Amino acid sequence: MPDRAELLVVEEPLGVWTRIWNIGAARKAVVLIVLALIWEGYARWLNNPLLFPTFLDTIKAFFSAIASGELPKAASYTIQLLLKGYVAGLAIAALLTAFASATRIGADLLETLTSMFNPLPSIALLPLALIWFGLGDGSIIFVLIHAVLWAVALNTYSGFRAVSPTLRMVGQNYGLSKAGYVTRILIPGAFPSILTGLKVGWAFAWRTLIAAELVFGVSSGSGGLGWYIFEQKNQLLIPNVFAGLLTVILFGLVVENLIFRTIENRTVRRWGMQM
Amino acid sequence: MLAVRGVTLQYRTKDHLVTATYRVSFTVQESDRFVVLGPSGCGKSTLLKAVGGYIRPVEGEIVLDDAPVKAPAPDRVFVFQEFDQLLPWKTVKENIVFALTASKKMKRRQAEECAMHNIQKVKLTEFANSYPHTLSGGMKQRAAIARALAMEPRILLMDEPFAALDALTRVQMQEELLQLWQETRFTVLFVTHSISEAIRIGTRILVLSSHPGQVKAELKSGCDEAQLQELLFDA
Repeated sequence: MPDRAELLVVEEPLGVWTRIWNIGAARKAVVLIVLALIWEGYARWLNNPLLFPTFLDTIKAFFSAIASGELPKAASYTIQLLLKGYVAGLAIAALLTAFASATRIGADLLETLTSMFNPLPSIALLPLALIWFGLGDGSIIFVLIHAVLWAVALNTYSGFRAVSPTLRMVGQNYGLSKAGYVTRILIPGAFPSILTGLKVGWAFAWRTLIAAELVFGVSSGSGGLGWYIFEQKNQLLIPNVFAGLLTVILFGLVVENLIFRTIENRTVRRWGMQM
Repeated sequence: MLAVRGVTLQYRTKDHLVTATYRVSFTVQESDRFVVLGPSGCGKSTLLKAVGGYIRPVEGEIVLDDAPVKAPAPDRVFVFQEFDQLLPWKTVKENIVFALTASKKMKRRQAEECAMHNIQKVKLTEFANSYPHTLSGGMKQRAAIARALAMEPRILLMDEPFAALDALTRVQMQEELLQLWQETRFTVLFVTHSISEAIRIGTRILVLSSHPGQVKAELKSGCDEAQLQELLFDA
């Protein structure tokens, strides 16, 4: 056996910097700071605020737009519209998935519809929606439903199908009712896929909505974030355009990293169903 | 108590109709440790699923306490070979509580007490609030056995429950199962392809031939390994 006295470290706490570097958020913060510095440096070197405002100008514009209430109003309008479309999309997806799980023809219907409509970008339906539902929230909600529906329905359905036969048999063994079987075995068993569907659906909806607002802008007197960006560009207030874009990015980050990440940590990761 | 009379089982694969067992008959008495022994693919698991009510026989009948078996029910609780039989989104304790409340056997409070009692019986008290993915294979199977025992079924159906375990753990689990049996003398129908396991577990052993499964012999405990070997491998 080798002499243990030669072994230098048995167990030793890591240094402070090593420990901080091990925190993902800290490393990402460093990345963000470096990006901001590059931005600031390049904008100053370019010295053309009309094309590319500096980081500091953008932050200034961002806070003054928040203080004036313009940006919060646009953002809350967008979020409201998004939630309406998202929830409606989820409801229809639930109906379709239920039908698909219950009958074979329902499954065929879902698979066919999904393969037809999933590749179709929602924004391509906007002109048609405008004719059908007129200038207003109706058309936007229609394209939002289209954006959410297929991703959620497809993921939920394939999640249901992937629930292991053993778990299914366990569910039947303990005498669950049909509804109990769905809510207590199938939905939790398929939860990793369902969550993926919700995330993808959310991302699709968010992009579609901003694009739709850009294209078609204001309705019923108030506009959303997309409209805000469009309008500021028309007035050549480029720092405000950047501030609008920043808001769009921030919402994406918050929903992805706070809301969905928290749900994931409390469910599928805790259950060991996903790493 | 449980009577299987002339049962023929068939299942469909994509392009075949397979006969799993052909006219199998046996009866299980109260407090039997009844082992069904056969080579892989002799239809013994299919037979157990039929007793569980998951498959209907194409011929013959399965009768439990004078009532024909029609569908899965909590009076015949399964312990599977697969580790994923525990619901991964519930802790060990919640898994047992789920079984007891889903089957409307108990209210929640009472179910929790019953769960802890059974967890203690399989020596998992420390892990009562752990999620299944943090447990070892042997511990998962013990939790599954605790869940099944908590249900106090008329008959416990075990489908090679120790086959996926390492050899050491397997022997240990067999011992523990026998100890548990000493306490409450539950009736168990146990399927295995291991001769030594059959001898260790069974008070009665039913030997099936391979594909399609037919009864070759029924033995009382105390038979030796050589005898079983001969029965299994001679055509």
